Amino acid sequence: MQDRLLVIGGSAGSLTVVLSILKEIGLGYPLPVLLVLHRQSSFESSLEELLYVRTRVIIKEVEEKEMLRPGRIYVCPPDYHVLVEQDHSTSLDYSERVNFSRPSIDVTLRSAADVYGAGLTALLLSGGNADGAEGMEYVKERGGFTILEDPQTAEVPYMPQQALFRMTVDRIASAEDLPLVIRELGHK
Amino acid sequence: MQINPIHNEELDLLLNDISTRYGYDFTEYTRASLQRRIQRLFTVDKFPSFAEFRYRLQNDSHYFRRFVEEITVNVTEMLRDPSFYHTLRTTILPILSTYPFIRIWHAGCSTGEEVYSMAILLYESGLLHKSLLYGTDINPLVIEKARKGIFPVRQMQKYSENYINAGGLKEFSEYYTANYYLAKFDSSLTARMIFSTHNLVSDYSFNEFQLILCRNVLIYFSRELQGKVFRLFDYSLENFGYLALGTKESLRFSPMADAYRQVGREKIWRKVRDAG
Repeated sequence: MQDRLLVIGGSAGSLTVVLSILKEIGLGYPLPVLLVLHRQSSFESSLEELLYVRTRVIIKEVEEKEMLRPGRIYVCPPDYHVLVEQDHSTSLDYSERVNFSRPSIDVTLRSAADVYGAGLTALLLSGGNADGAEGMEYVKERGGFTILEDPQTAEVPYMPQQALFRMTVDRIASAEDLPLVIRELGHK
Repeated sequence: MQINPIHNEELDLLLNDISTRYGYDFTEYTRASLQRRIQRLFTVDKFPSFAEFRYRLQNDSHYFRRFVEEITVNVTEMLRDPSFYHTLRTTILPILSTYPFIRIWHAGCSTGEEVYSMAILLYESGLLHKSLLYGTDINPLVIEKARKGIFPVRQMQKYSENYINAGGLKEFSEYYTANYYLAKFDSSLTARMIFSTHNLVSDYSFNEFQLILCRNVLIYFSRELQGKVFRLFDYSLENFGYLALGTKESLRFSPMADAYRQVGREKIWRKVRDAG
């Protein structure tokens, strides 16, 4: 069976949806989940802690050269890009910001799409910048499955809209429906 | 949209060429980052095919120089991670001050911002006059920049904040003179620095140090290469010397981890015995 990975990219206004998805899928989801979320690098508490406190699901910050394993949920560390290697391990990268972002959703999506191809599902959520749109397009070129938070229900519609300007996504779902869509996707 | 035009096998060919022709070995760099940057260069320089890219690299040493400049990551800032510098200032420098002479190596120093940060710390601890800071990098272009000590003035506000958060004692602006675009750091700082190219993959140890800093370099290396570089550092570090790594890097997986003890919560380790 093909190896699979779910990457979720989000920026401003995405936290609520991320929390409800995590609550819905919990641990033991059949594929590894990698969260690429923009945030202020000056935040004191780690995203890992914040998500745990709000969902009681244990989230793991990506470490360099860590194997992505099904059932676990990973989050990119602040101020590093995360790339995926052929053996499904992660690499951290401190190079220039992309779309004013580090981690950048585009960077992770491109590299994950090269490795997972059709096994990759990418979900792009609410946000106020254009990061992720190009990556979504690339995921689709590589045969992956693309899902978008409906700009009409997104807190900040700009980011999902940018993706729509570039491409036709495989699925659009409202913030309310997304948790179930993601859960069902895991059991396909 | 273009699918990555350089395949893994082609990348292998390219890296082998480069290793044979120029003696730079990138084969043990982490693939995903390296691939991404080579890809970018290929696209930016508008090569029509991989074959032409490969031919140019084999036959044009000037272009190879550009290659090295572009595929190495040169992102750095002054006093990045202020809590790290705070620990250096309050915990490490007081111990180093007991030495008659202090030698510090910034391995992979890029354009030198960390070296200037350290020089400022040493100056404020009254140690700069008896310290020597070595800054090395694989990329000759960044070493030239580091020697000049001139940085964009628009960065200074951020650096000044870092400086205050790291426990700075003065006005940060006392350390440079600025015009509209550029800030030149005081030559009394530069006077205690030595910059040189050095390749961590292939070059040898060149001195013994009480403190080696290598931050956000090892994340680009395979575990095997990391191990090799740790041995190089161990060989270059005096007993009871310190090794400082980036926020997401660790000595944990190194065979010599047992010979080192971590200092508090920062990514600083002290060599407590010979790793052998």
